[in-house]
Amino acid sequence: MSVRRLAAAEVQPESFTFSKESEKKIAFWMNKYPEDRKASAVIPLLWLAQKQEGWVSEPALREIAARCEMPYIRVYEVATFYTMFNLEPVGQHLIQVCGTTPCWLRGADDLKAVCEKRIGKKGRGSVSADGKFSWEEVECLGACSNAPMVQIANKDGDFYYEDLTAEALERILDDLAAGKPVEMGPVTGRKCSEPTEADVAVLAAAELYDGSRARPLPYLPNTPEAKAAEQSEDPAPVKKGRPARKAADADEAGGAVKSAPRKAAKAADAAKIGTSGPKKVTAKAVEKKTGAKKAPAAKTAAKKPVAKKPAAKKPAPKKDAE
Amino acid sequence: MLLHDKDRIFTNLYGRHDWRLEGAKKRGCWNGTAEILQQGRDWIIDEMKGSGLRGRGGAGFPTGLKWSFMPKEVGARPHYLVVNADESEPGTCKDREIMRNDPHHLIEGCLVASFAMQAHACYIYIRGEYVHERERLEAAIAEAYEAKLIGKDNVNGWDFDLYIHHGAGAYICGEETALLESLEGKKGQPRMKPPFPAGAGLYGCPTTVNNVESIAVAPTILRRGKEWFLQFGRPNNSGTKIFSISGHVNAPCNVEEAMSIPLKKLIETYAGGVRGGWDNLKAVIPGGSSVPLIPKDICDDVLMDFDALRDVKSGLGTAAVIVMDNSTDVVKAIARISYFYKHESCGQCTPCREGTGWMWRVLERMARGEAEIGEIDDLLDVAGQVEGHTICALGDAAAWPVQGLIRHFRHEIEDRINNYRAGKPVFVPVAAE
Repeated sequence: MSVRRLAAAEVQPESFTFSKESEKKIAFWMNKYPEDRKASAVIPLLWLAQKQEGWVSEPALREIAARCEMPYIRVYEVATFYTMFNLEPVGQHLIQVCGTTPCWLRGADDLKAVCEKRIGKKGRGSVSADGKFSWEEVECLGACSNAPMVQIANKDGDFYYEDLTAEALERILDDLAAGKPVEMGPVTGRKCSEPTEADVAVLAAAELYDGSRARPLPYLPNTPEAKAAEQSEDPAPVKKGRPARKAADADEAGGAVKSAPRKAAKAADAAKIGTSGPKKVTAKAVEKKTGAKKAPAAKTAAKKPVAKKPAAKKPAPKKDAE
Repeated sequence: MLLHDKDRIFTNLYGRHDWRLEGAKKRGCWNGTAEILQQGRDWIIDEMKGSGLRGRGGAGFPTGLKWSFMPKEVGARPHYLVVNADESEPGTCKDREIMRNDPHHLIEGCLVASFAMQAHACYIYIRGEYVHERERLEAAIAEAYEAKLIGKDNVNGWDFDLYIHHGAGAYICGEETALLESLEGKKGQPRMKPPFPAGAGLYGCPTTVNNVESIAVAPTILRRGKEWFLQFGRPNNSGTKIFSISGHVNAPCNVEEAMSIPLKKLIETYAGGVRGGWDNLKAVIPGGSSVPLIPKDICDDVLMDFDALRDVKSGLGTAAVIVMDNSTDVVKAIARISYFYKHESCGQCTPCREGTGWMWRVLERMARGEAEIGEIDDLLDVAGQVEGHTICALGDAAAWPVQGLIRHFRHEIEDRINNYRAGKPVFVPVAAE
């Protein structure tokens, strides 16, 4: 566990107020929790304060305690427990180098050396002379297949830079120092964490992306409908007897169907088990939803398939309230 | 045989396609969700149980069984589903890809699982560092509300609200009760069990906590059937799983594969092989930093599933494969993991708070060779006293890597100590390539 304390009194500001923009975000967060559970918002609010000021000061803790209707000491506990909160002013760009084993194996020490050379002593409070940078070593940031990596926090946000080398990090620091925008993500041209040297193509099959999977399913496996469909099938050769409708249907269903003949007996057993319990519930649920009794088999056909509805065109907001 | 593309659940794992609702629907998300709910919660839970899905967050507890622990009837207290997206186990980076590239799998899963447990509200607790992923997920949730897939009076017929909450850099919040404490606005210190969350969890209400991947695979299992899921992997280890491969391989990556794939095949097929060839392999941590490492001779033919790895005294954990080649100072590698646990211990239980720091300091000395031979046994003894003597499993997780190191590389620590005493260099790495 790491022992953390608030910054010395002479560093602490006189007061703290949330900006107008932060207020909007506070409303967004407060809305997520039950009325009498305002304390739940303490971490998001501390984070908002930090994004506004760059760090979390004592007056900010007091303000947040009032908002969350909790004692100051509880907010203090939270702020000192969670290591993402800067308890002292940091550089404009805070470089957080992941040093845990997966990154260490791939050269995190080189990145640390770059930071030491360019910025100086480790520690988020030891800001470079120009005020632009400070750096620290952090624990696993969960991008291990893109190691080594750093997260850089500044007023624009928090960005992962991945698949790094010492040279690449130097370039990033150069650009940041010059005030140039630096694109986040892997520096190698990789998009995410896809394999680049796999022996086989992964996620390349065209049928996954041609829309065939959005076609309404004829029925769900292990349901009365599935059983009915199976019984109506030719009992003899399954390959020939399979209705054309099914063969052409979505791959999603296809997988289930294909596995069935191989384990025909097992599947039939499973279908029996599947129908015994939920049948009542099914009928009830349908009744409740539609207000009228419907034969289960007719349900899928009668009901307008969800997938066919046009997707909402309205573009989602680019960023959430934060 | 390798897993075919058609049997992969996360078809946009690498972000090559549209992550938004329209793109996700085209790939089969939200297809027949209302029909799934109409089958009733017993059908859903039976299918999940029958699929053999074991929790993907590390412990491998059967997911369907966990769902069935929730009270059958909703009493005075509402039910909650909480999704554990506090992915911080070193080596693990799978949930991140789900959340930023295939968020609708997760959102649909939240609805289905919540319905099965009669929860009208669900919180996704995402680690604080995943800022970009959180924004992506918020946007995807906004789309789902907009399209009336979730929310009040939605087209799927189950009133359901989905909220994102975030942490602020504490590994311990991946422990389910610490996560609940944190979600309630407190320090992330685990609770004593019982009561289990299914009895008294979030805000004292019945709660189930599931990993992102466990929830996100549920709708596809229900659409395709438990038999489909069962055909992958060995009995009791069924299904597909995202493996995160990191460390000394030529091309680290995430890949969804069938359970029980041989470790060697996984690394050679997808990650370009071990740096310098298979024979340059020294050891692998097969399931995230918490599980004991296994040396090359075990790696040669071990299968990647819960039971096979348990049989070699390691574990599948989160299926995060950390590869170390012959150039690795394995004592230093484990010492760094020990530092991680020292840093992340919440400080509540004495064996863990004191033990993690002690183990780290001793290992650091051993990595330099500045130790007594007898201290190896002392270290093993202390690790054994931390293990199993704490409220949560962080103590175990801190002890296991140390035990694994001594089990398989005791000779290396001894050499190190003897070299130091003889005034020789402490560690001469073997050239990688």
